Amino acid sequence: MLGLRKVAGVFTGAAMLATSALGLGTAQAADDVIKVGVLHSLTGTMAISETTLKDAVLMMVDDLNKNGGLLGKKVEAVVVDPASNWPLFAEKARELIEVSDVDVVFGCWTSVSRKSVLPVFEELNSLLFYPVQYEGEESSRNVFYTGAAPNQQAIPAVEYLMSEEGGSVERWVLAGTDYVYPRTTNKILEAFLKSKGVAEEDIMISYTPFGHSDWQTIVSDIKKFGSEGKKTAVVSTINGDANVPFYKELGNQGIDAADIPVVAFSVGEEELAGLDTTPLVGHLAAWNYFMSIESEENDAFIKQWKAFIGDDKRVTNDPMEATYLGFKMWTQAVKQAGTTDVDAVRQAMYGQKVKNLTGGTAVMNTNHHLSKPVLIGEIQDNGQIETVWRTDDVVVGDAWSDYIPESAKLIADWTYPYVCGGCEKPMY
Amino acid sequence: MRIILKTIIAAFFCLLAGQATAQADLADAAKGLLSKSYSDKIQATEAIAASGDKRSVRLLEILLSGDLYALEADDRLVFLVKDGDRQIASDAVTGEEIGPIERTEISKIRINNRMRGLIKDLLGRLTLLNEDPALRINAANAIFKSRPAEMVAPLTEALAMETDEKVAAVMRRALAALNFAHGETPDVQADALVILGEQPDPEVRSMLSAELNRLAAAENPSSENQALAAKVRQALDKVEERLAMLGLVENVFQGISLGSVLLLAAIGLAITFGVMGVINMAHGEMVMIGAYTTYMVQELCRNFAPDMLTYSLIAAVPLAFIVAGLAGMAIERSVIRFLYGRPLETLLATWGISLILQQFVRTVFGPTNKEVSSPDWLSGAWEITGGLALTYNRIAIILFAAAVLLMLMLVLRKTAFGLEMRAVTQNRKMASSMGIRTGWVDAMTFGLGSGVAGMAGVALSQIDNVSPNLGQSYIVDSFMVVVFGGVGNLWGTLVGALSLGITNKFLEPYTGAVLAKICILIFIILFIQKRPRGLFALKGRAVEN
Amino acid sequence: MADVIGRSQQGPFVSLMTGLPGGGKTFLGILLVAALFVPLSNTFLPPDSPFHVPTYMVSLLGKYLCYALLALSVDLIWGYAGILSLGHGAFFALGGYAMGMYLMRQIGDRGVYGNPLLPDFMVFLNWTELPWYWHGFDMFPFAMLMVIVVPGLLAFVFGWFAFRSRVTGVYLSIITQAMTYALLLAFFRNDMGFGGNNGLTDFKDLLGFDLQATSTRLGLFVASIVALAFGYLVCCFITQSRLGRVLIAIRDAESRTRFSGYRVEYYKLFVFVVSAVLAGIAGALYVPQVGIINPSEFSPANSIEVVIWVAVGGRGTLWGAVLGAFIVNWGKSYFTGTFPEAWLYMLGGLFVFTTLFLPKGIVGTAGIWMDKFRAVRQSKMDIGSPASVREE
Repeated sequence: MLGLRKVAGVFTGAAMLATSALGLGTAQAADDVIKVGVLHSLTGTMAISETTLKDAVLMMVDDLNKNGGLLGKKVEAVVVDPASNWPLFAEKARELIEVSDVDVVFGCWTSVSRKSVLPVFEELNSLLFYPVQYEGEESSRNVFYTGAAPNQQAIPAVEYLMSEEGGSVERWVLAGTDYVYPRTTNKILEAFLKSKGVAEEDIMISYTPFGHSDWQTIVSDIKKFGSEGKKTAVVSTINGDANVPFYKELGNQGIDAADIPVVAFSVGEEELAGLDTTPLVGHLAAWNYFMSIESEENDAFIKQWKAFIGDDKRVTNDPMEATYLGFKMWTQAVKQAGTTDVDAVRQAMYGQKVKNLTGGTAVMNTNHHLSKPVLIGEIQDNGQIETVWRTDDVVVGDAWSDYIPESAKLIADWTYPYVCGGCEKPMY
Repeated sequence: MRIILKTIIAAFFCLLAGQATAQADLADAAKGLLSKSYSDKIQATEAIAASGDKRSVRLLEILLSGDLYALEADDRLVFLVKDGDRQIASDAVTGEEIGPIERTEISKIRINNRMRGLIKDLLGRLTLLNEDPALRINAANAIFKSRPAEMVAPLTEALAMETDEKVAAVMRRALAALNFAHGETPDVQADALVILGEQPDPEVRSMLSAELNRLAAAENPSSENQALAAKVRQALDKVEERLAMLGLVENVFQGISLGSVLLLAAIGLAITFGVMGVINMAHGEMVMIGAYTTYMVQELCRNFAPDMLTYSLIAAVPLAFIVAGLAGMAIERSVIRFLYGRPLETLLATWGISLILQQFVRTVFGPTNKEVSSPDWLSGAWEITGGLALTYNRIAIILFAAAVLLMLMLVLRKTAFGLEMRAVTQNRKMASSMGIRTGWVDAMTFGLGSGVAGMAGVALSQIDNVSPNLGQSYIVDSFMVVVFGGVGNLWGTLVGALSLGITNKFLEPYTGAVLAKICILIFIILFIQKRPRGLFALKGRAVEN
Repeated sequence: MADVIGRSQQGPFVSLMTGLPGGGKTFLGILLVAALFVPLSNTFLPPDSPFHVPTYMVSLLGKYLCYALLALSVDLIWGYAGILSLGHGAFFALGGYAMGMYLMRQIGDRGVYGNPLLPDFMVFLNWTELPWYWHGFDMFPFAMLMVIVVPGLLAFVFGWFAFRSRVTGVYLSIITQAMTYALLLAFFRNDMGFGGNNGLTDFKDLLGFDLQATSTRLGLFVASIVALAFGYLVCCFITQSRLGRVLIAIRDAESRTRFSGYRVEYYKLFVFVVSAVLAGIAGALYVPQVGIINPSEFSPANSIEVVIWVAVGGRGTLWGAVLGAFIVNWGKSYFTGTFPEAWLYMLGGLFVFTTLFLPKGIVGTAGIWMDKFRAVRQSKMDIGSPASVREE
């Protein structure tokens, strides 16, 4: 072991190099800058959806800086690419918080990416704003969920279809991609439908893998199921990528929205942009936001977005609104708290109000979920979704579903006396 | 459901009754469409249909197609006709032309699914005697769906006058359904059931099973009811038997169609990998390039020659071949030619190239899906009977795959280039000493394989996402097909693709999509144990090296 | 063959780089120093010291070490026996799942639904009892046994069929890919009872140690180093024994070896199983350090990437594989943070560059240059390096 000392030297050198390389800019986390982390996949399978949200955050940051920054400081976005790789999400989250020293992170799309980064945010006590509709059953002290919970999307949509207005549907196909969001949503819906007296044999559940592209069999099955004498609807929780081939097959096999309407929870303007929607007119989507909504805020938002991205054809969608609401709330909370300190901002977040782009006011609740209106819309031939029904008032996002026995008894409330994300009794 | 229908029918009756005394003014009736509430709009729609005015059909059609607008200024209902860049508005009631109009001056009259169903139903009753046979078929179908009792007489009359056999068949079916639903005597119902039993149609099945459910649900069924139920069951069994037969045909078709998708995706690889021995991980990206070429062609068409959009797909085929082929040749000349004889290293290099190409497309076109529209002649389905509809785009893909395979066979077997290519593959040194420019042949071969992949991209753009991830989703399957069929053999690729496709489609109803795919993969693994060189193995000494 | 040349002292640098006793000692020395330096520096040096290794870095290095062990296992079969597995990620993931199942059982009633027996995702899917294959995973020794047995058994069954049927070359590569792809799809299914797409996550502690504590991280880091050193010694032992010589003969001319009377399939099977077990151990150490295991680890792309690490580092040189794993992954970590939009160009470019200009990988090529520079006899170089051997 002659060269041991030399080896030690080499190693320390390498370690230093690596530390300094990875830790670029650690030391100079200057006081006059507020850093915002952006943790959205820019490559890999999820880039298709997430890149838009990265741009949305950049637009908001840009806008904030133009209006004098925050607390008199400049706001700087730190963008990293977790490359649709779930362990990499955790690594990048840690890098953002520990190395880049960001004050808040906007990011994640899939549930598994959120699950992957959750321990990191809890360990390092940092804040994540999660802007996508998801399955619920979670309320972390360190995450604010600005997308829809199942009760803000699925249940109202099914209620609408059961109504006379929606076609008095009696028979249901629950079609989804095989992962946790559709599983949960379908479980909740199944319980809900049964509570409304729908028989077991009137519910068909079908799961497909991610990126499924050959829908011939399933669409023919749906057709068959729908031809057994009762008005049938499809509730689709099919994930992003697989939707285009699914809708193409629907259109080609001539499933008419007037006969078998399909209501989707993961199909928005962005997904429809890759499709010729003429054969799909009348199929439905349930969200908290549609680009077609006419309001002053929305017009301004769309204008700003198109200008920022430099493309007149780009659309806006619900997760973008959720990002917008989350960002606005965070800036308000920071202003109110007078600091970016995580605990102070978290306290200030509760009850924070921001005007929805669709009218009305979104409120952040103490369970870290938003109160938002629920909209049901029909797909138009221009790729837009027109509202056909909306809730009269905002709906409070439920972290724990009332239709799953184990979770119905849990309460999420991060203020005194509960102070927990899921417990049956107050902690104090 | 039934209740709504009944109320609608009742409302319709009331309105029909009122028609005689006071001819409702069409324009007045249409005013209700301006309301925000859908129930007001529904009333208005019914009133329009009941007005008895000849112009109501056109108004309803405009409403159904979503082209009806209201002028912001005076709430007049108009529809738009495109004239170059301008939109010309015309009065929707009178048809009188108003003149060019801006988008901001009008607001759209929105309809929902319920209204769509209603309008189709109403139009059905109004257009039963229309000159256009297609409209008459629609009308008969609409009557079949809603089965209003008061249409028995008009439909019988229309059927008697009908000369077109196709239309008459649809009308007979509708009339049978009406007679069955509203027949006064059991005999009428029984006759109707015989006709219905002949129809292999899911909608007939739907109607019969609903009726059966209703009869079964009745408490203390009378003997009459029981007899009827038995007859319905009989007819239903007949329908279902026929449907099952058709289901089998459909399954085979779907299998072949999936097989041709696999074939298209794999066939280029059968050349670059099978013939040249390059483990071409960038193959999927060549497919992607083809799909993006299609997108570019359509964009150009949209901007410069909107009339040609329908044919843009045909133009895209040779262009995709050329673009992907050139990309392939560039890759071959710049990277792969240094790696011949080291196939596993081609894997690494082409993997790198595939990452670069994906990111390149992402940088240039953005990460989101691009819209590639389907021309009219590829949309919809060929309805052989009610129970069997083969979608046009799938048929087209099957034909296209066959054509590509044939073309490739011809190139390989019948052209001088094909001969040189085979010579170089079999014995490079000998071919070289015979005066063949092996480098050029290599480049052309790789270009050919990539070009074919590009053409596959045109076809896949019709059924899948056009996104940077397009290629990735086909690469594993493509390798499976080529290896299963036997490397270096196009027939093997064909048989491999079709058998995998059909097996998959026959497994899917029993196992679900995921398990079916897992079974196929395990089958391939086991099959390779049995025949380590695939279905159609090349024989001879060359194989060993 | 590489080691033969080394043994006969042809090129000091080749021998150093290709993992012979001299080079091996250096390598183990580096590992030892790292095992001492990193924990000490992290614990005792002040954070602003230039020699301080932050906790973030400890986890990262721990992760790289697991990748390095995985790369080593691929190098053992690819570099020395000519078996190109495009499905080695499967063994890694299986080891990871075995560890993950243990960690899940450790959560006990601290899950969100407070069920003492069932993991959250099972409660959630309305499962009432633990599936049979989850039993026993609450015991650490059993779980560790499974980390070894499950990948080993799969490799044994798979290899037994494949090698006996004489499936070789690209055919073998493609069916290993089919294997990992089938497992990917299977593990995606929620009905399988492995948590579906989300996999296993939300771990709390390992053997009673809190997984989020810095000391546990350091412990895992050291454990990873020990595992890598162990894996390295195993590989060294195999490649330098008579067995290793036969393997290289198989790699270079399988038929001739068979004709010489060797039962080729048994040799291949043995080394394949050893390699799978090493990959499984790597996976087991990886999971507690990254905090999640899910089916995407099975994806064919991941397995291809492992092969690329080996190629970049230098196929057929044990510590080249380790170096390759470190370089590529460090590059990935660094570039995804610094050039989020352009890092794929760099990664792709690196692969193309390596295959074109460093056909023997960094270690192999560096060895050649060094030796050339020293004007040591290099005429026999080509015999030893695997890249010059023609494969199918």
